[in-house]
Amino acid sequence: MKRIYMDYQAGSPVDPRVVEAMAPYFGAAFGNPSSTHVFGQEAKAAVEEARAKIASMIGAERKEDIVFTSGGTESNNLALVGAAQRNKEKGNAIVSSSIEHISILNICKYLSRLGFETRQVPVDNQGLVDPITIERMITDKTILVSVMYANGEIGTIEPIADIGRITHAHGALFHVDAVAAAGRVPIDVEKENIDLLSISSNDIYGPKGVGALYVRKEARIRPIIMGGGQERGLRSGTENVPGIVGMGKAAEIAVQEMSNESAQLARLRDKLRTKIPEHIPHSYVNGHPTRRLPNNLSVRFSYIEGESLVLSLDMEGIAVSSGSACSSKTLEVSHVLRAIGLKHEEAHGSLLFSLGRWNTEVEVDEVLRLLPEIVRRLRRMSPLTPKELQV
Amino acid sequence: MEHFRNPRNVGEIPDADGVGTVGNPVCGDMMTIYIKVEDDKIADIKFKTFGCGAAVATSSMVTELAKGRTLEEAMKITRADVAQELGGLPPIKMHCSNLAADALHSAIEDYKKKEK
Repeated sequence: MKRIYMDYQAGSPVDPRVVEAMAPYFGAAFGNPSSTHVFGQEAKAAVEEARAKIASMIGAERKEDIVFTSGGTESNNLALVGAAQRNKEKGNAIVSSSIEHISILNICKYLSRLGFETRQVPVDNQGLVDPITIERMITDKTILVSVMYANGEIGTIEPIADIGRITHAHGALFHVDAVAAAGRVPIDVEKENIDLLSISSNDIYGPKGVGALYVRKEARIRPIIMGGGQERGLRSGTENVPGIVGMGKAAEIAVQEMSNESAQLARLRDKLRTKIPEHIPHSYVNGHPTRRLPNNLSVRFSYIEGESLVLSLDMEGIAVSSGSACSSKTLEVSHVLRAIGLKHEEAHGSLLFSLGRWNTEVEVDEVLRLLPEIVRRLRRMSPLTPKELQV
Repeated sequence: MEHFRNPRNVGEIPDADGVGTVGNPVCGDMMTIYIKVEDDKIADIKFKTFGCGAAVATSSMVTELAKGRTLEEAMKITRADVAQELGGLPPIKMHCSNLAADALHSAIEDYKKKEK
């Protein structure tokens, strides 16, 4: 049975070109970038080259503004905790949105236990943050605003430049979680008024366990991991050289291929987006119709539950994910789907397709062939299905 | 997984002697069990479920365990019995087997109430 993977937001293969670029740094060039001798210097040069490539992917003027971390979650922690702790003399309020990644929400909970005041602006039913609501929530005590570039579950792309402009007008720092967006849509930290930006390597087809935080030179933050002072003191610990080299290569490929790849993925996504409601009654797309990531499609199906949909597709070799409670570790329904106004039972019936570099139209056609009967089978079993749909 | 792939006894009994519904769509798990009772035994049993893979499997299994049993025996079927017959369930899914046993008991209680 052919296996079809459409859950790239959860985990993705490392591009073979990236693996090739990383290989020497496990063996021949294994040095510690902090060492004075040639072994160290050759590792350091590789790290600096990767740093420049990542700066280039996000329009950062200085490569030194890139700090390497262990991934998107650590970058988010460094940005929020680091900025909060460093700027608490100026104020203690932090504003974010109701659809942020769970890491941002949990970091805010942690910060509020420390005495910071954290609040989330609501989004509309397409997942858009309105810059005006951000402005209304900002006070003279606000030191940080954090809004994601685009949401990895419903795909909606936020009006980042406007939010950044408003944040700066009120003297606060602007953090953007760009984990879902980097490598898929062009990002420019200068033009979009961004002070801190989180990225993850695996989301751009680099290795897992590496990420970066862009920290504008003028943005003051404190480290959260103390030690030997690597990464300008902001992230101590001997650098993950192969991982960093891999992330750099992944960024370089993303810059070169993003335009074509995103267009291709958008075509595949749109085939799913139009054909699914056509072939399956009572199915609906979640998120914004046009301002959305090219590779992402969240759909919901009335009367049935997401995890049983995921399992049924898995039995046919197709991998996707769901926002239902039963499919989550916490047994809670996706907070993103609730934030856009879906009722619990609607959110439970959701499916998330996140496409990636190696998906093909043949795979999309296969999914479209199998999904209708899978939905029909589950609807036959469900006590909620109205008589006219019981086929 | 077998009981998810090929669930037994899916459906409704329009003139059921007892019907039990537990859970609700807000929670993400809802089961309805229909029974037909003859000579104090469960002559026929069907279920409908809105829920995850474990919910479907445990509903299917509970109907298999209850079919043909006396009402007294069926009332004694517990969530542990259901989980055991399925070969064990991960702890996070145990609440699903709880619902299945509850739905069965609820259907039997419904029948007893109607009998009075």
